[in-house]
Amino acid sequence: METILNVNELTKKFGHITAVNQLSFSIEKGNIYGMLGPNGSGKSTTLGMILNVVNPTGGNFSWFGGTQSTYQALKRVGAIIERPNFYPFMTAAKNLRLVCRIKEVPQSKIEEKLELVDLLDRKHDKFKTYSVGMKQRLAIASALLNDPEILILDEPTNGLDPKGIAQVRDIIFKIAAKGTTILLASHLLDEVEKVCSHVLVLQKGKQIYFGPVTALTTDHGYFELDATDDAALLEALEENKHIKTVERQGTLVFAFPNKALEIETLSKALTSKGIVLTHLAKKHKSLEEQFLILTKKNKR
Amino acid sequence: MKRLFLIEFEKLRANRSSRILIGAYFILLTSIALIAAIKFDIGPIKFHMAEQGIFNFPYIWHFNAYIGAWFKIFLAVVIVSMTANEYSNKTIKQNLIDGLSKREFLHSKWVMIFSLAAISTLFIFVVSMILGLIYSNYNEFSIIIQDLEYLVAYFIKLMAFFGFCLFLGTAIKRSAFALGFLGIWQMFEGFCYGMLKWQSPEWLNAEDVFRIFPLNAMSNLVREPFSRLSAVSNLAEQVGGQMTKNTNVQLLDMLIVSAWCYIFYALTYHILKRRDL
Repeated sequence: METILNVNELTKKFGHITAVNQLSFSIEKGNIYGMLGPNGSGKSTTLGMILNVVNPTGGNFSWFGGTQSTYQALKRVGAIIERPNFYPFMTAAKNLRLVCRIKEVPQSKIEEKLELVDLLDRKHDKFKTYSVGMKQRLAIASALLNDPEILILDEPTNGLDPKGIAQVRDIIFKIAAKGTTILLASHLLDEVEKVCSHVLVLQKGKQIYFGPVTALTTDHGYFELDATDDAALLEALEENKHIKTVERQGTLVFAFPNKALEIETLSKALTSKGIVLTHLAKKHKSLEEQFLILTKKNKR
Repeated sequence: MKRLFLIEFEKLRANRSSRILIGAYFILLTSIALIAAIKFDIGPIKFHMAEQGIFNFPYIWHFNAYIGAWFKIFLAVVIVSMTANEYSNKTIKQNLIDGLSKREFLHSKWVMIFSLAAISTLFIFVVSMILGLIYSNYNEFSIIIQDLEYLVAYFIKLMAFFGFCLFLGTAIKRSAFALGFLGIWQMFEGFCYGMLKWQSPEWLNAEDVFRIFPLNAMSNLVREPFSRLSAVSNLAEQVGGQMTKNTNVQLLDMLIVSAWCYIFYALTYHILKRRDL
């Protein structure tokens, strides 16, 4: 598989604060990566370093196998950072023309990309007249001008209204469907869960997880149960050798298996003991719950 | 190089206040020609500015280079704001992310400085040539091409001054503060000169030290032309004084100012390179 970005022990210190601490990961072509972490965990600083605007204190990174200097490599990358940055007094079309000159790509793409983000009819309006959502969509159009090999998005739905969020998300899905590699930094977990195949979890500048989303969310799951006779249910579950722990929360009973356990198997086992179930469901932890568990574990 | 010029040119052209300031600058440069129209005719006192010899070749090169340099503050405002705005709009960050290197960014600004200084010099050349051809008492080719070094000095002076502005805009990131600092720096140089005159030890010549200060070095490049005017030197002789001031362009001053050009360039790059955005 072709490696797009390789990051090796990347570190950034601001005075005595270590914003990013020895980060190592690599990005392969065709995958969609989520970068997770609460505010201040070093996501933007990491992106700033790989995008040539923040000087690393230690470590290194290389784009596309390291055959080009960073700024040359960035011409093959599309990136938008927290806030869309354009010349306020220039029209959308002129702003994009400037980006074409910087990226050294033909200006013929401008119309096509404005169409994609639904801004074609506003292309001759000055950037400063745009709403927050339109600014963000223009930033996406700008990042796509060079048909990038990787698209980097830093909190793309930050500060948008629900409609704007939906629009930006649709655009991201559209781009992802074309097979473009994406690196998406966000603290909105459902956003990441919906689109990403891999995640990098950061906490206080440290990497606490890097791997496929499935490995993070797929555990053995857990069961939610309720029965006419709760005491008998609890007893039966505790006796079951496949159940590790049993918890009672409110009217529901939660059972955590110690290995992959089918719902039919559990149901049969309980029925054979004469327990009448009124509720039985198998659940998986969401990325959000997994994330909270991960960050809690690492705090200790 | 063409790419960098076009990038900067588009930024500048789209900004209305820059357009207005640059337009005003060139209109003011042309207005030097209006000096020719200064004419008093009050009974016995007849005075026509154009007939005082200020438009004679080769003196006109010196005179116009000196007067023209006063207007450079207009372009200074443009350069400071075009740099500071890159920071306040965070467009410098976006430029770098889009694939411009820090050196290319700096070069695009210097290409613009070079272009503005070159156009301004050309402008002075054309305006002086036209005025000279109309009003000069001497129109021989050999006299016309004399003293053209004043225009070379004028060009270097503008480059260094704009380079200073670019450096201040980058270092301070706010147009108003950068321009304020320019004013304070001018006062600081004056203060240093005073201190040097007053307190410098025997072995140290205050004038020599003061000569290397950037703004003073720039002003030394094209010294005041008035003492060369025949009317003024006649007056000085009448009151018993002797004008011995050297108002020529001196090679050493050119070297000092060129060195400042390079220093401003290098310092600006140093800041760009080290600063996190």
